[in-house]
Amino acid sequence: MPEQIELVVNGQARTTASAPGTPLLDVVRGEWRLMASRFGCGSESCGACMVLADGKPIYACTTPIDALAGKAITTLEGLGDEAHPHPVQQAFIELQAGQCGYCLSGIMISAKALLDVTPKPTRAEIAAALDGHLCRCGAHARILRAVARAGELMAERGVDV
Amino acid sequence: MISNTLPLGLVDNPRLDQWIAFDAPGRVGIKTGKVELGQGILTALVQIAADELDLAPERIALVSGQTNAGPREGFTAGSLSVEHSGGSIRLVAAEVRAMLIAAAAARLGCSVAELTIDDGAIIRHGLPTGLDYWQLAPGLDLQRKASGMVAVKPAHLRRVIGRNLPRIDLPGKIFGGAGAFIHDLRPEGLLHARVIRQPWPGAQLDDNSVADVADAQIIRRHNFLAAVASVEQMAVAAAEKIAAHSKWSGGTPLTDASTEPRWIVEQPSIDSSNSRGVRPEVSDPARRVKRSYAKPFIAHASIGPSCALACFDAAKLSVWTHSQGVFPLRDQLARALHIEVDAITVHHVQGAGCYGHNGADDAACDAAVIALSLPGKPIRVLWSREDELASAPFGTSMVVALEATLSPGGYPLDWTTEIWGGPHAQRPGAAGGVNLLAADALPNPPARPVPIEIPEAAGGSGARNAPLLYDVAHQTIINHIATDLLPRTSSMRGLGAFANVFAIESFVDELAAMAGVDPVRYRLAMTIDPRARAVMEQAVAMTPWDAAKAAGTGRGFACSRYKNRAGYLAVFVDVQVDEEVRLQRVWCAVDAGLVINPDGVRNQVEGGIIQAASWTLKEQVRFAEGRVATRTWDNYPILRFSEVPAIEIVLMDRPRDAPLGVGEVAQGPTAAAIANAVADALGLRIRDLPLTRDRIIAAVATEAS
Repeated sequence: MPEQIELVVNGQARTTASAPGTPLLDVVRGEWRLMASRFGCGSESCGACMVLADGKPIYACTTPIDALAGKAITTLEGLGDEAHPHPVQQAFIELQAGQCGYCLSGIMISAKALLDVTPKPTRAEIAAALDGHLCRCGAHARILRAVARAGELMAERGVDV
Repeated sequence: MISNTLPLGLVDNPRLDQWIAFDAPGRVGIKTGKVELGQGILTALVQIAADELDLAPERIALVSGQTNAGPREGFTAGSLSVEHSGGSIRLVAAEVRAMLIAAAAARLGCSVAELTIDDGAIIRHGLPTGLDYWQLAPGLDLQRKASGMVAVKPAHLRRVIGRNLPRIDLPGKIFGGAGAFIHDLRPEGLLHARVIRQPWPGAQLDDNSVADVADAQIIRRHNFLAAVASVEQMAVAAAEKIAAHSKWSGGTPLTDASTEPRWIVEQPSIDSSNSRGVRPEVSDPARRVKRSYAKPFIAHASIGPSCALACFDAAKLSVWTHSQGVFPLRDQLARALHIEVDAITVHHVQGAGCYGHNGADDAACDAAVIALSLPGKPIRVLWSREDELASAPFGTSMVVALEATLSPGGYPLDWTTEIWGGPHAQRPGAAGGVNLLAADALPNPPARPVPIEIPEAAGGSGARNAPLLYDVAHQTIINHIATDLLPRTSSMRGLGAFANVFAIESFVDELAAMAGVDPVRYRLAMTIDPRARAVMEQAVAMTPWDAAKAAGTGRGFACSRYKNRAGYLAVFVDVQVDEEVRLQRVWCAVDAGLVINPDGVRNQVEGGIIQAASWTLKEQVRFAEGRVATRTWDNYPILRFSEVPAIEIVLMDRPRDAPLGVGEVAQGPTAAAIANAVADALGLRIRDLPLTRDRIIAAVATEAS
């Protein structure tokens, strides 16, 4: 019986029996069936798999599950839902910031991480924070606007987000 | 507006019930053969149907890309979905609405003129009648052919068309709902598979080189090799081990020289030429100018690798795919795998962004081959990042040589466009060929499609946009399509229009400079097309003018009408060039005719500009040691967030005109406007794409010596 690894995922305690060395992304999608985090490259080059570990963005495609024992993981599912959207999600809907949408989950995760420390980022700061993310459809311009808008929404909502 | 010719979708699928159904109370089913590629087509089709049927958009239940339900509509390609599928749905919806209101009038014993419709409810003199669509629909004969003769709504009565209806597929992607993409499908008993590809066409697998793997099952059929396991990571690890040990011989390794800009000119080709207009008498050879432009092979480079599922059960094959054409794929799977077409069902499920004939069909065939070896088991194939960049078909390299004979005032009187490139139209089933990688690896592989040129009346392929937007007395177009070309090339956004417009609009800029005329004024002097003139003038009006030009900056302009028959676009680009090109601002005017969803059009055009900028500045497939060398994002870089300019777009207001496709309208003009801006900044012209740091340094050094 392999040792169980314990984590907190989107606020809930979870365990996994996946073999040490298994990428977090395989556990998130394959075992827990949280499908928002996506496989793009497997080499930290595109950002489609980005999730938060203790509030910091990490590449789920390469981070082994055993390196994350005891950490709090946040995936896109943990941000909000249609009834209670996170300001980042609300802004992406408002500005229709996406085309195919495959890159969006990782981008919204990095956007949240940015806004948590830099509530009013400039366009250049947003671009820098998202530069590890690739988008092939060319939705960049409206994604940059949506992240700025999310900052405004967070300010409007105050501290309770 | 009644069109005197039916849209293609309706010609091929004439029965009303191929398009519409009233199966569920309060909902109207609309069926389309076109599929969502991230371009927002499903939302636009909902808008069209809702408007003609006087329904809230939420009541439309769309069925898309299913071979067992809905119209057969070929490929979702060529910026034609709104015209073909949208045009069909619009006519069908108008006709069914008329049938419903006539049925209501008969039931109520009144005239049709007394009745209106409010969200599917029949209203008489402003009062509810108690009748609605769902009570009346069972009495309709929807099996009859559409007449296409019922007038669609005039512009002033439209309520949903022309509005920014939010995309129907985005919430699932923004809130993380499972099932947004094909990659999310996990049926019970699923097995994960990874394919070990032939490293070059025709490569033969050495029997003794297949490694033993403990945690996965090896599926081998001739030169097709795959690792299958119940745990994804085990399939990946096994495939990596097998790939590292496998030895291949024979076949035709790729040539390193195909990386070179003008290699394509030396390849055997099918040649054709045509001329139009009357050749003027010009005697002075000094007034002849010739320039040659080139673009390299480029990759689709989707962010999500190709994926497919298949299950072979009780002699029936089911396939789930993000292909652009479920019916053509079904036909070619039947041919390649020797199964009856009727035994195959192909279901479209969304994939990551698609810009042409990418790896989707190949992945579907991979899954099908494995499923046939493992009956009863659902098989999921996911391509690696490396295969996504290296094994999907490429957009071909092209060379476009232009020659103009000029009037004394410096305007072209005679013009020749000579094009060299690989084939573009090579989708599964094109020109009688199969074109599925897994099929190529089986014994007795079926023939690849022969190179073909799409007729000019359908927009052309290699020669797409070769006919000039401008009035020139005599034009000649010479087209060389490479035969037996390796690497594999096929349709990518814009086909030949990208290289042809890049070349033509660069050359026009060079001619304008020689004539000492402002580049926009030069173009305006050569066209009386009022819509072309209007987008050019709009682009000028929206672009701020500052007489002082900072050192190292440049501005470029370009204009085109996609396919010479779809949307018009004029664009200004500002760049800063030191050793690298940095895009600063973009101003763009678009005439898309009737716009179904303005924000959707803006999104498509913005995306087209950014993607074309990426192609223009960064992208080139390279070859080494017989293989594709550009297999990671490190050596096939694309434009990043920090490199994206601010983009301003104005849509021309044309609600009374027919809708014109815009999905590919930005590709060529963006490349030319950037090249023209770079030439303006440097004072010298680089005619080979991409406009990388190395090319700029080399060009400046050559100029200095």
